[in-house]
Amino acid sequence: MTDNPEFVQIRHAQKSFGKLEVLKDISLNVARGQIVAIIGPSGSGKSTLLRAINDLDPLTGGEVWLDGVQVNKTLPHRQYEAHINAMRQQVGMVFQHFNLFPHMTARENVTMAPKMLKGLSNDEADKLAEEQLEKVGMLDRMEYYPSRLSGGQKQRVAIARALAMKPKLMLFDEATSALDPELVDEVNQVMKKLAEEHMTMIIVTHEMDFAASVCDRVLFMDQGVVVEEGPPDVVFRNPSKDRTREFLRKHLAGAK
Amino acid sequence: MDIDLMLKVYPFFLEAAWVTIQLSVLTAILGLICGTAGAAARLSRFALVRFIGAAYVSVFRGTPALIQLFILYFGGPQIGIQLDAFEAGVIGLGINAGAYMTETIRGAIISIDNGQREAARTLGLSQWQAVYRIILPQAARLMVRPLGVNLNMLIKATALVAAISVIELTYTAQRYIGSTYKPFEMFLLAGVLYMVIIYVVGRGVAWLDRKVQIN
Ligand SMILES: Nc1ncnc2c1ncn2[C@@H]1O[C@H](COP(=O)(O)OP(=O)(O)OP(=O)(O)O)[C@@H](O)[C@H]1O
Ligand SMILES: [Mg+2]
Repeated sequence: MTDNPEFVQIRHAQKSFGKLEVLKDISLNVARGQIVAIIGPSGSGKSTLLRAINDLDPLTGGEVWLDGVQVNKTLPHRQYEAHINAMRQQVGMVFQHFNLFPHMTARENVTMAPKMLKGLSNDEADKLAEEQLEKVGMLDRMEYYPSRLSGGQKQRVAIARALAMKPKLMLFDEATSALDPELVDEVNQVMKKLAEEHMTMIIVTHEMDFAASVCDRVLFMDQGVVVEEGPPDVVFRNPSKDRTREFLRKHLAGAK
Repeated sequence: MDIDLMLKVYPFFLEAAWVTIQLSVLTAILGLICGTAGAAARLSRFALVRFIGAAYVSVFRGTPALIQLFILYFGGPQIGIQLDAFEAGVIGLGINAGAYMTETIRGAIISIDNGQREAARTLGLSQWQAVYRIILPQAARLMVRPLGVNLNMLIKATALVAAISVIELTYTAQRYIGSTYKPFEMFLLAGVLYMVIIYVVGRGVAWLDRKVQIN
């Protein structure tokens, strides 16, 4: 399924928060259907890079392209808003803290955006909700409010919510970091399932085992640059850079 | 205590209480309108609009409501604003209450986690869609109680319009003192009626607050 090697393209991404330069000239291509993991120490800019892809944290330099369209192109305010809303509909995002809408049931969380933005009827929306919640194994919790769901269940609903927009690309920012250890696996299973369906995914994670098992490519970031990238068995087993080796050693030691 | 006198005059006090209720309702409506506009201004993208919102709040919270009423009612004609006492009361108190409500509404809105807005925007909702579908429904639930406090204050503040001779509860009490020389009974009667109004409103707010909670 890697018919388009430049499905997601990041060209010379640069980002500063005031004087702090968080991304320093990062370039990255992700092919359609490819799964890329981004690892690196806290503060290295992983989230910022991920959030630049759908313009939640706009870049201060460089370009982001998705399927042949520039995401962060220069347009007058109103036109830009319309453009970016259309782009964001094609990119699903999953957050560390779920960010489910607490005033809506699981079903409503899933159907809200498709109804509002794609004009789905109630019947169509309900069918869509069943389909997506089924996929993440949450069909039996359809009418639950988020406050009555466990962390793992919340995150699965959040994934269903993102999938309901039929995105071309899914972004995961430490989707399992806020979960109790025993709940991590149920979320990982869902992500694996998406991988089997050849969803294009960019996954920021601290879980090396998971990254190794589902990803085609791993990026190691430190201090705003990509230090090393390659297939997981190379980056994890046989890294060429000292910094990567040191990070992995510390990280794996810390994980135990 | 002259119970007989109280029983004799209380129908007139009930009529006056009705005026107090009308004043309160109209003031609350105007206050909500001003408060919503004020909060929107305080949260605007534009610095000038934010400044206007902030200036509104500091001017009307930073001066006595009584002075604001006097300026409007007694000073108004000098600059071409002719209002009868009731109108001046509603407008003066409404704008004043709006300044307090601005802060209540704004407070509820900014207390909604930014992740909510981000999640909505990532799905492709516009800023405005995110506000009215995601942020406001959550903020509205948080607003009920503090707006109830604003409402409580506002009802008590309607007593001020006695000073511009609107014939409401406090003014009526004062008038009957003039003819009966029984300030204790007259103010007690007015006080009890204020308390009844405030109690009923308080229960209403508590009911609404329970009703809107997510369970
Ligand atoms: N909105 C912001 N304003 C100012 N600085 C920010 C902002 N967001 C992030 N930063 C800074 O940018 C740097 C990179 O942050 P980022 O969140 O991308 O790191 P990360 O690699 O995701 O870290 P973590 O593993 O802790 O999530 C950090 O130094 C952070 O303090
Ligand atoms: Mg992060």
